[in-house]
Amino acid sequence: MIPLSWYLILAAGLFCVGLYGALARRNALAILMGIELMLNAVNLNLVAFWRYLTPNLISGQVFVLIVLAVAASEAAVGLALIISIYRRRSTIAAEDIDMMKW
Amino acid sequence: MTATQFVFLLTGAVTLGAALLVVLSPRLVHAALWLILSLAGTAVLFVLLEASFLAVVQVAIYIDAIAILIIIVIMLTRRVMIRGEAQITRNWWLGAISALIFLGGLLVLLNMMPITAIDTPPTIADTNQLLEDLGRSLVDVDRFILPFEVASILLLAALIGSIMIAWPLSTRAEGEGDQ
Repeated sequence: MIPLSWYLILAAGLFCVGLYGALARRNALAILMGIELMLNAVNLNLVAFWRYLTPNLISGQVFVLIVLAVAASEAAVGLALIISIYRRRSTIAAEDIDMMKW
Repeated sequence: MTATQFVFLLTGAVTLGAALLVVLSPRLVHAALWLILSLAGTAVLFVLLEASFLAVVQVAIYIDAIAILIIIVIMLTRRVMIRGEAQITRNWWLGAISALIFLGGLLVLLNMMPITAIDTPPTIADTNQLLEDLGRSLVDVDRFILPFEVASILLLAALIGSIMIAWPLSTRAEGEGDQ
């Protein structure tokens, strides 16, 4: 069978790829995609821990469902913000969105 | 190597490779399509972990809703940042170094944890019973009804908020005074 550590290593790799994407890309949409990758890696970790440690308690899966709901609302609001910024400023590069920079 | 391990390694390699292409691909539409492949790989991993309901939810919410929403927004904003411009910041190496340091730290922590030595997951008595329990526990007053209600309020707030934010400028109500 598959050891638990394989899942954890894969999830750690996915999280760090997403972290790089969120830190290094200029496009606000690409940053959002990096954040989705990170949330996805966290979900994989939660499910793996649930399956290997407490498979008869359902709380691990409930946690994943709540994370999914938060990810969905975050994506919706983030994309609405990007559309609004694009309409006003015709750019979605994160460094050009500096109206609140003092 | 058993068949399950082979499937895991194959799916894991595809998921990780697709995730790398999401952050490296210069065309945003390609990045979004690679994101779909990466999320589908995670759904397969959920099936391997015997979380069938979560695999379905992963496909329905992540691939169906979030990825399609991202592609639509890419199409709405496609005249900017398509080609010619750099897609990564000048300080991209700082991001790469912090991601690598984070990965190293996570791997060191994994080595120190005793539970990672577990090779075989404990058997689940009855998967159907578990799914029923998941449904009941979400609406049970003694268990997870509060997170469930908070999540529904959050979704409603996100729904109304994104409609308000993305409303066209010209048809906004007067008296806002910002345009």
